[in-house]
Amino acid sequence: MATLLEQVEADPGLRPAVAGRNPWALAARRLWRNRIAMASLLLFLVIAVMCLAAPLYAHNVAHVNPFPPNLNGHTVVNGKVVPVMRQGGGVLHLGETPIGPTWDPSHYFLGADSLGRDMAALLLYGGRSSLLVGIGAAVLCSLAATVIALIAGFFGGVTDSLLSRLMDVIWAFPVYLLAICISTELLTHSNGFQFGPLHVQASSLWLPTIIIAFIYVPYVYRPMRGQVLSVVNKEFVEASTAQGAGNLRLIFSEILPNVVSTAIVLLPLMIATTILTEAALSFLGVGVQPPNVSWGTIIQDGTDLIYTRPWVTIAPGLMILLTVLSLNVLGDGVRDALDPRAKLRVEG
Amino acid sequence: MKRTRALPAGAARPRARRVYTLSTGAVAAALVVVAAGCGGSSSSSSPPAQPAAHKGGTFTILANSAFGVADPAQNYTLEQWQLLIDTHDGLVGFAKAGGLAGNKIVPDLATAIPKPTNGGKTYLFHIRRGIKFSNGQTLKPSDFVTTFERQFTVPGPTSFYSGIVGADKCSTKGCDLSKGAVADDSGYTLTINLTAPNPEFMDQLALPFAFAVPAKTSPKLTGNNVPPGTGPYMWKSYNPNTQAVLVRNPYFHVWNAQAQPAGYPDQIIEKYGLQVSDEVRAVQNGQANEVFDGDQIPSDQLNQLNSPKYASQVHVNTLTADWYFALNTKQPPFNNVQARQAINYAANRAAYVKIAGGPSLAVPTCQVLPPNFPAYKAYCPYTAGTDHTKWTAPDLAKARQLVQQSGTAGMKVVVNGTNDQVGKALVQQMVSDLNAIGYKASPQLLAASIQYPFVQNSSNSAKWNVGWSAWYQDYPAPSDFLNVLLGCGNIHPNSDASPNIAAFCDKNVQAKIDQAESMAATNAAGATALWTQVDHMDTDAAPWVDMYNPKQIDFLSKNVHGYKWSPQWYILIDQLWLS
Repeated sequence: MATLLEQVEADPGLRPAVAGRNPWALAARRLWRNRIAMASLLLFLVIAVMCLAAPLYAHNVAHVNPFPPNLNGHTVVNGKVVPVMRQGGGVLHLGETPIGPTWDPSHYFLGADSLGRDMAALLLYGGRSSLLVGIGAAVLCSLAATVIALIAGFFGGVTDSLLSRLMDVIWAFPVYLLAICISTELLTHSNGFQFGPLHVQASSLWLPTIIIAFIYVPYVYRPMRGQVLSVVNKEFVEASTAQGAGNLRLIFSEILPNVVSTAIVLLPLMIATTILTEAALSFLGVGVQPPNVSWGTIIQDGTDLIYTRPWVTIAPGLMILLTVLSLNVLGDGVRDALDPRAKLRVEG
Repeated sequence: MKRTRALPAGAARPRARRVYTLSTGAVAAALVVVAAGCGGSSSSSSPPAQPAAHKGGTFTILANSAFGVADPAQNYTLEQWQLLIDTHDGLVGFAKAGGLAGNKIVPDLATAIPKPTNGGKTYLFHIRRGIKFSNGQTLKPSDFVTTFERQFTVPGPTSFYSGIVGADKCSTKGCDLSKGAVADDSGYTLTINLTAPNPEFMDQLALPFAFAVPAKTSPKLTGNNVPPGTGPYMWKSYNPNTQAVLVRNPYFHVWNAQAQPAGYPDQIIEKYGLQVSDEVRAVQNGQANEVFDGDQIPSDQLNQLNSPKYASQVHVNTLTADWYFALNTKQPPFNNVQARQAINYAANRAAYVKIAGGPSLAVPTCQVLPPNFPAYKAYCPYTAGTDHTKWTAPDLAKARQLVQQSGTAGMKVVVNGTNDQVGKALVQQMVSDLNAIGYKASPQLLAASIQYPFVQNSSNSAKWNVGWSAWYQDYPAPSDFLNVLLGCGNIHPNSDASPNIAAFCDKNVQAKIDQAESMAATNAAGATALWTQVDHMDTDAAPWVDMYNPKQIDFLSKNVHGYKWSPQWYILIDQLWLS
C-alpha cells in the first residue's frame, strides 16, 4: 500500500499548486492568509508605534516631561486649575492622592502617578522600555542559543556534552528565582555590570535585557540543538563535506538555513515571555531602574493606589495583556506558516 | 523601610530611634540632666492605682515582619524594644508615661539614681532586693556584670558601654569587666567605673542593651531565645516566621510604677507576615488591635483612615527623627561649601514632604536637630523669603548663583538611595532638584540592607555624592544627632559602621561639641546653648540636605483604650486595655 507521500508524488493533481516556490515566500503567504495572526500583528504594530511615539505625545500633546517628579504641579480640569496631588481630607488629612483620569489628552489623560507625573505619557514611555527589553532580550537569547546549539550539534561529543550540561545547569534553576538573584546582585553593585571592556550601568535598559536573555537561553537552545542534530547527518551536508566545505561553511551555509525557522517560530513567543518576565522583575524592583520606567514599574508604583486610582495599575496591565496576547497569537500563526508538517493542511 | 525603624539585627546603624512629642526640649534636657546629675532621686513612688476591671484579654499586634534575633544584647529595633520594656528592666529606665514625662529617667532595678563621684567617673548603684527573674531566680548585682560583658561577647552596639573600665580589652572572644562593673552581691550594690565622665550614661543605661539578664546567661548570642527578665511579662515563645507571645511573669510585683507598672493585657501577641494593607483591614474589622507598621500604610488606606469613623482610632505623633540626604564632603562637587549650600537652597522640601504622606505626616526642616528636642531652636537659612525660622519654598535663583560661584556647574552627581517605593521617590526628587541647578544627576538605588553600610564605608566614597539616610533618636540628647552623625570622631575609614556619612569634620564645630559635652554635667543650660550653636553651625556648613521630620501613625482597634505615647518608646503597649 502506497504511503500518502507516494500517492501525492504519483498523482500530479495532488501536488501543491505552488510547488517550486521559495519556502519563505510560501510561509509569508500562509501567514498573510491567517487573518487572526494578521490582526494580532496589526495590534502589536499599533502598540509599538504608539510607544515609539511617546516623545511626540509628551512634548506636543500633553506638554510634559514625564520623568521628573511633579509633586507640586498643577493641571487643568474642566477649565479650572487644580493641584496634581491632593492632600487627604477628613479630620486628619493623611496622605497625598494623585489626580485621576481627566480623559483630556492634553491634561493628564490617565491621571497622575504617585510622583505627580502624567500617567499617559509614562505609559507610552514605559511601553518603549518594555518592548525594547522584551524584543532585545528575545533576539539576544535566540542568537546566543542558536550559535551554541549549532556548535554543540555540529561538533557533538565532548563539546556537545559540556555545552548541554551547562545549559542544564541554567535550566535547573527556577527561571524567576535565577533572574531575581542575578538582578539583585548586579543592581547592588554601584557600577552595575562589568565584564572585561563591557560596562553596563545599573540604570541602563541593557542590564535587564542581558539578564533576561541569559536565563532563557536553555529554553531556545534545546529545540535548536534537536534541529541541528536532525540536520547535521543529512545527505546534503555529507555532500557538501565531500566537496571540501569547511566547518564554518557547513554550519552557516548548510545547517543554519535549515534550522533557523525554528528560531523564527520561537521568536514571537519568546518576546511575549520576555516582556512578561521584564514586567515581573520590574514589579519586584529588580528590573528596569529609574529614571527609566516600564509597564512593570508603573504597576508597582500603582499598587498603593489600587482602590483610589486604579488606572495607574490597570492601564499598564492592559497594555501588557494586549501585547502578550497579540504576540502569542502571532507566534501561533508563524509556527503554522513555517511548520512543514502544517504545509499540506494550510495549502489544502 | 522599613525605613529605619526595623533594622536587621546587627545592622550597622548604631543608633536609631525615636520620638518626643511636646515642645520645650530644653526643659526635657534639664529634666534628664537633673535626674542624672543631682543624684538621690526618690527610689519609690506610690504606684497609681490600676483599675482591676481593665486587666485581662489578649492584645494582638500585626507586623509585616519580625525583628530578627531576639537577644536583647544585640537587637536594635523599635519593634522588639517595645516588647522588651515590658519583659525586662535596667538599673534605670525612661518613665513609662505619655508626653514629655516619658523622657524622664527614673530608677528601676536600682533604688535611686546615683550621683557620680570621682570626677564623674564612678557610679554606685544600690540594687533592689526581692526581685525575681521570670524563671524564679533572684536578681543579684552580679547579673548586671554579665549583662554588660555580653554587650562585647555577643556583641551588641558596644559604643554605648565602651567607656566602662576594662571594656577596651573586650571582644567577642571574651570580656572581663570586673574592674569596670564591681558587684557586691551581699551588700546589693553595683559600682560602675568609667574611663571618662559621660553625661549621657544614664540615658545609655536605660536602653534595652543594659536590661538585666541572669548571670548564667550564655555569653554568646541566644538567637531567638530571649533570656529571662524581671518585667511584668515574660517571653513564652518567639518564632520570627509566625509570632511572639508574651504572658504574665508570675514573679513580678510593682516596685516603682513610674519605671515598671503592671500591664493590663494578660497576653501580648505579635503576629508576623501580613501585608500592611491586610494589617489595616484586620484592625478595621476588630480581628487585631494594633498595626505596627503605621508608617507604611498605603495611600489608599490612609484615605480610608481620614474618615471620621476612624478618628478615635488613629493617633499621629511627631517623631524626633530626621530624614536627610548626606552630601559627600570628600568628593567634588560637595567638598565645596557653596555647592552644598546651593542644593540646600534648591531642595524642594514640600515635594519630599508629599512623598512622606503630606503635611500631616511630615514637617519640612533645614536643620539637624528635630523640633521638640533639647537645644532645638528653629533655624532655616535655605528658604525663599526673609523668615529664617521655617522653610517656605526653594530659592532656585540663589542656588544657581551659588553653583556658578562654586565652579561646579555641569558636574556629574550620583544620588544613592534605597530601592523601595519611598526611597526611589526621594532619590528621583533629589535628582530633579540637582538637575534644576545645573548638575548632571543620576540615581543609584540599592537594597535597604546594603545601602546604609555602603554609604558609610569610605571605600565607596568615590562612587556616590548624595546619600539618603534617616535617624531616629536613641535618647533625648543633642549629641545623639550632632556628635554621632556629624562629629569628627564618628568617621571610621573603611568601616561599614561610620555614622558620619557625609565625612564632615569641622574643627570649630568639633571644639564646640567637645565643650558642650564637658559642660553638660555642671552647666546644663550652658551646654544646651552650645548645642544650639552647633546645630546652626552644622546647618550653615550644609553637610546634609535635611528634608523633613516624620510623624508616626498608630492605628488601633475600636476596643483599645488608654493610649499613651512615650517620646522614648512610642506606644506603650502594656498600658493599653481592652473593652
